[in-house]
Amino acid sequence: MENRVVITGLGVCAPNGIGLSNFGEALSHGQSGIRFQKDLNRLNFSCQIAGSPNIEEIDLNKYFSKVQLRGLEASGLIYGVIAGKDAWSDSGLAPAKDDAPDWESGVVFGTGMLGVERFRNAIYAVDAGNVRRSGSTTVIQTMASGISAYLGGMLGCGNQVTTNSSACTTGTEALIMGYERIKLGKASRMLVGSCSDSGPYIWGGFDAMRILPNSYNDNPEEASRPMSASATGFVPGSGAGALVLESLESALERNAKIYAEVIGGVVNSGGQRAEGSMTAPNSRAVQACIRSAVKNAGIAPGEIEVINGHLTATTKDPLEIENWSSALGRKGKDFPFINSFKGMFGHCLAAAGSIECVGTVLQFERQQVFGNVNCADIHPEILKTIHKSCIPQKSFSYSPKIMAKASFGFGDVNACVIFKAYSKN
Amino acid sequence: MSEKEKRYEELKEIVANYLPEDVPSQSISLESHFINELNINSANLVDIVLDVEDAFDIMLENEDMDKMTTVQEALRIIDLKIDNKS
Repeated sequence: MENRVVITGLGVCAPNGIGLSNFGEALSHGQSGIRFQKDLNRLNFSCQIAGSPNIEEIDLNKYFSKVQLRGLEASGLIYGVIAGKDAWSDSGLAPAKDDAPDWESGVVFGTGMLGVERFRNAIYAVDAGNVRRSGSTTVIQTMASGISAYLGGMLGCGNQVTTNSSACTTGTEALIMGYERIKLGKASRMLVGSCSDSGPYIWGGFDAMRILPNSYNDNPEEASRPMSASATGFVPGSGAGALVLESLESALERNAKIYAEVIGGVVNSGGQRAEGSMTAPNSRAVQACIRSAVKNAGIAPGEIEVINGHLTATTKDPLEIENWSSALGRKGKDFPFINSFKGMFGHCLAAAGSIECVGTVLQFERQQVFGNVNCADIHPEILKTIHKSCIPQKSFSYSPKIMAKASFGFGDVNACVIFKAYSKN
Repeated sequence: MSEKEKRYEELKEIVANYLPEDVPSQSISLESHFINELNINSANLVDIVLDVEDAFDIMLENEDMDKMTTVQEALRIIDLKIDNKS
């Protein structure tokens, strides 16, 4: 028999809020986390703005031992540990005892690249013929699986502990991997999520591709404009999101708070065939991913009330809306409410999916649908597909039963997950 | 305080940075074994060596590191390196 899978813990380290209450308030009130970045200016970036979590307000001694904090430069690792440990304690779980791991708990925590600042310093040491001076933590701060290794050790997880990587799909894919593992009875609890570093070495490649906005350096909060006619590219971001997934049986047994149920999730790829490429999605694959997720969840497309899109604020946003519309067979006023949180904190790359999944699930908790920002001028192509009332400009009270979240990434990869408000039957 | 005592104090300060949370810095003595008694992660011995190099302006070879198993041994090697310098 397959397990039902519920969400019992959330943690987040986002550009517009660290911790659930700060983040929830920021999403509810449309507060931006996008700021001017002096270092990007000094380095002649076209886009000199970004969203990154303000960890200066956080006491890192709560999350790391003093030995771990020495020489810790991997910003993604810091964000991931904050989000991951917060999610674990939010779910009422404690780290495993000293003498044995918790065999029923695991971690799938993804990233794109980890610890680039640390890697940069190590490269300088190597190139200077001075590798012996680069210290003991270069490997653990720069291996992709550093984040799952840190979390797995801090919490004492004895089940699968791994890191996935699928570009901007990473976070949502991690959630689906954990969901499947619990569903199949291979684990009782999985900490899932993803993180992404801050800084010029992560964001520079995108600036070089000329896909970031360059005309908002004086006006950062208005730069990220998902679904807007005046969108000119995505604003780079960073951070981490984390969710504790748990078999319903385990959650009920320990009387845990249940945020929502994960009722379906699918990942696929367009194979970079047809119009799909390394950087562009194959619409047939996107639609197939959404349709399969709906089928996997055992619901009718008409039951989806809210969508949190990938919607990065590039020229591809109208195509994404069209794909959702075709996949669900719903258009005009019949289309669900749709929002993108990227207007507030930009595109957090590998961390995007997990931060946005946390935001999506918070809508159940707060009985709200969060509004979009910076899209008063909805793209005319979008209005040919759906009615403007489907794109809330402000948060409003509503208790959704079923919500969908999708992420799409470089490499023509897709992930779509379906959440449902928890009820016994 | 003699020169050697000062070195001992300085070394204790460096080592204290790498102690696990549950080992108090007062437990460092001349006889302490870094790994077996002070419970220092063997990977962190590398970092102790680098900090020692910076603090005393000396260079430690891999063989030196292999011999640095206790506080006393570390001090002996540090003294030797400093004496050789002058």
